[in-house]
Amino acid sequence: MQTKQEISNVNSIKFECETGNYHTFCPISCVAWLYQKIEDSFFLVIGTKTCGYFLQNALGVMIFAEPRYAMAELEEADISAHLNDYMELKRLCSIIKKDRNPSVIFWIGTCTTEIIKMDLEGIAPKLEAELGIPIIVARANGLDYAFTQGEDTVLAALAQSFGLKTFNQEGIKETSSSNLILFGSVPNSVVYELTKELEAFDINVKGWLPAKRYTEFPILNEKDFVCGVNPYLSRTATTLMRRRKCQLIGAPFPIGPDGTRAWIEKICSVFNKSPYGLEEKENKVWKNLQNYTDLLKGKSIFFMGDNLLEISLARFLIRCGMVVFEIGIPYLDKRYQGAELSLLEKTCEKMGVFLPIIVEKPDNYNQVDRIKDLEPDLVITGMAHANPLEARGINTKWSVEFTFSQIHGFTNAKNILELITKPLQRQQTNNVFVSNLVNATS
Amino acid sequence: MKLAYWMYAGPAHIGTLRIASSFSKVHAIMHAPLGDDYYNVMRSMLERKRDFTPVTASVVDRHVLARGSQEKVIQNITRKDKEEKPDLVILTPTCTSSILQEDLQNFVNRASQDTKADILLADVNHYRVNEFQAADRTLEQVIKFYIEKAEKNKVLSSQKTEYPSVNIIGPCNLTFHGQHDVAELKHLLTDLGITVNTILPEGSSVDVIKDLPKAWFNVVPYREVGLLTAEYLQKAFNMPFIDTPPIGVLETANFIRQIQKILSEQGVLKDFEEYIDIQTRFISQSAWFSRSIDCQNLLGKTAVVFGDATHASALTKILSEEMGIKVLVSGTYCKHQQDWFRTQVADHCQEVLITDDHTLVADMIARLEPSAIFGTQMERHIGKRLNIPCGVISAPVHIQNFPLSYRPFMGYEGSNQIADLIYNSFTLGMEDHLLEIFGGHDTKDIETTTLSNEIDWDSAASNELKRIPGFVRGKIKRNVEKFAKTNNLNTITLDVMLACKEDGNV
Repeated sequence: MQTKQEISNVNSIKFECETGNYHTFCPISCVAWLYQKIEDSFFLVIGTKTCGYFLQNALGVMIFAEPRYAMAELEEADISAHLNDYMELKRLCSIIKKDRNPSVIFWIGTCTTEIIKMDLEGIAPKLEAELGIPIIVARANGLDYAFTQGEDTVLAALAQSFGLKTFNQEGIKETSSSNLILFGSVPNSVVYELTKELEAFDINVKGWLPAKRYTEFPILNEKDFVCGVNPYLSRTATTLMRRRKCQLIGAPFPIGPDGTRAWIEKICSVFNKSPYGLEEKENKVWKNLQNYTDLLKGKSIFFMGDNLLEISLARFLIRCGMVVFEIGIPYLDKRYQGAELSLLEKTCEKMGVFLPIIVEKPDNYNQVDRIKDLEPDLVITGMAHANPLEARGINTKWSVEFTFSQIHGFTNAKNILELITKPLQRQQTNNVFVSNLVNATS
Repeated sequence: MKLAYWMYAGPAHIGTLRIASSFSKVHAIMHAPLGDDYYNVMRSMLERKRDFTPVTASVVDRHVLARGSQEKVIQNITRKDKEEKPDLVILTPTCTSSILQEDLQNFVNRASQDTKADILLADVNHYRVNEFQAADRTLEQVIKFYIEKAEKNKVLSSQKTEYPSVNIIGPCNLTFHGQHDVAELKHLLTDLGITVNTILPEGSSVDVIKDLPKAWFNVVPYREVGLLTAEYLQKAFNMPFIDTPPIGVLETANFIRQIQKILSEQGVLKDFEEYIDIQTRFISQSAWFSRSIDCQNLLGKTAVVFGDATHASALTKILSEEMGIKVLVSGTYCKHQQDWFRTQVADHCQEVLITDDHTLVADMIARLEPSAIFGTQMERHIGKRLNIPCGVISAPVHIQNFPLSYRPFMGYEGSNQIADLIYNSFTLGMEDHLLEIFGGHDTKDIETTTLSNEIDWDSAASNELKRIPGFVRGKIKRNVEKFAKTNNLNTITLDVMLACKEDGNV
């Protein structure tokens, strides 16, 4: 929940919206990290060759490791409704059940299932009853969403249905008296770390959405408190509030030591706990990061935008002493990200730098023009633009790496800065290399 | 519906984009949802291109779904026309847009009234053809369009060049070792006194298409892309073409003899036999190599070959005819080329496999247990699982198959490269004997060195340690143990690991 004060602050940041002609990953890519996170799951992406080709290329070597995901590849007969969707899905899911015996099957709807209006939500309950496996439907398609929002659709679907159907409740017991549930898929070591951080202030976490296994998901009660750890989970937050009547703690996200501290403080304030010693802890982390922040001080950065982590990362990097020219972002939920936006404002004020412009649905072509004019020290961008920009003398960092690295909590701030400083350090060695070349030849 | 984990050939629009982005000054506009422009990533990453990929999307979103694209596609085309000033814009439908059934041809007609560039709608069915067939079809479409345009404007070059010349048709972006093959082909043709008229589409402008008929004949180095164009040019201008991939010493000789025949039919008598003889015996090392004593070890060894039609057939012939290796199965995923493929490999292998299902290939390899596999990246991973060496000979491939150094597969230098690849894939001869005599390698586990054995890892902590990638695990283990020692801790728990990390020690 945000205060009026926060909303009025938000209004003073400059927001723009462009054409939406930008490069990003298709949201079905969320299966890559979700199938690894939820160990007893199977993800079935119902789409065409195009979807399959994307997954196979984007996920690289993962595809060879007997992954727990597959394509239900639609053929011409499926498109023209010569084949019965229900029968086809039943056939494939029976094979999956026999071969892999998962505790849950996720159906990932795609653009094609949207266009031909395949009634996945209608078919799922019938098949669920017949096969005896929960089936969760998430519409992670490129018509509506970008990249990490795929996770949002999956978690929203989980939040909506979990613990409501009869066979889900068997074996699930209320194990904790606490009523705080955190949502967002992060690696298990990050789960452990963030849970520990809160325990230090006598706040117990009842559970995480998602947990390691589908069967370990927490029970959701009305009035439970929920708090997000990722900035792209606005649908999940909405679902938890509206459908499950949970209370959302609107906090900045635990990315960077400043974000982590603000996140803990906000939760502490809700539970009436004193965040004693937290400031010292944050300062200690900053001290450990000094080698990196020295290098970043005064350097400029430009986010082209593709994974919705941009605002949190920009806020952290401004606190590190950087200047942010532009924050491109696919989609901005000003309510869900309200606390993060106001922390961004406060950080700019504190560091004495101008507020960056936030560009929703950016236009990559225009952005490249602006990059040429502004000549930032670093551009955070997708792989489609990275090599061409490098060839034009502009340092880049591949944005997808932030999605696949551990970036949450106090200890992982170092990972973010390692990613950020790598291209800058490489530039230094390159400069030495080039000047040596010149010396050798002259 | 089909349950699929992996596919050998990509969707149709990838083929169209490979052709479009290979030409200079041609821009492709995809009618596609957000995220479908993944081709740009592949081209930029795999081929390490320095230029921006000339492909943009006219995004199909929820609004388009509700109301149709309306002016959006036309605006995107005219905008690109102004920004990039391309010669040609190819509107590329995707599987998503093809089921929307919008009248894209109408958009093309209307947009071309306001643009300097020519506009074409790629004519491919997304549910019936794959990447290769679409590339083949799009190349033919572009060439036919510009030939007809040139005829209409009376600028078509119908006069043959004075000396023998050739068009190389088919090499395009993301072709397996494509740029090296083109360089080697040019080298070979120069040796034969034949000038290269054009190479299409790689690096060419659409302006050169009107000069295609000047060449004496066409060469299609890869079966997958270019055959339709060559057939069209044969029909329209009576131009002969060669579709034998010049891969391997024997097939390269065959290729050169076909050129000799074509030239003699057009009144130029040449004798390339001496050239073939010198190249085979002295320039190329592979013929001598396969006779050398080392290669005796390869005799009777078994192999399985799988890949696209061009490379799988060529490798099958090289293995069986040039190296004396027994090819148990030769297969391709290019189903539309299966008749040709069968005629090529029938005499050189025990069994032919035509499939695009990688699990069938994996089962076949597991059943046959060949000494080596020659296939795509998928077969390399199958080989890894079964502990069988694999040489990668065909797309689909990873970034390491776009080497910086000169690695053609075609011509005489190509045959050297292939000989190395084949030889290095099998276990070396002497090693082989030693393994047999002494019953295998030293298999004793090497224990990781630790500072001491006094420190215990509880099960949660050691599980966490196992999740850390192998190449840094040792370092992290040592750091945590050092941290524990300095803090007088005897058991390492998750808390200790976290404390160590907090301390900045990991």
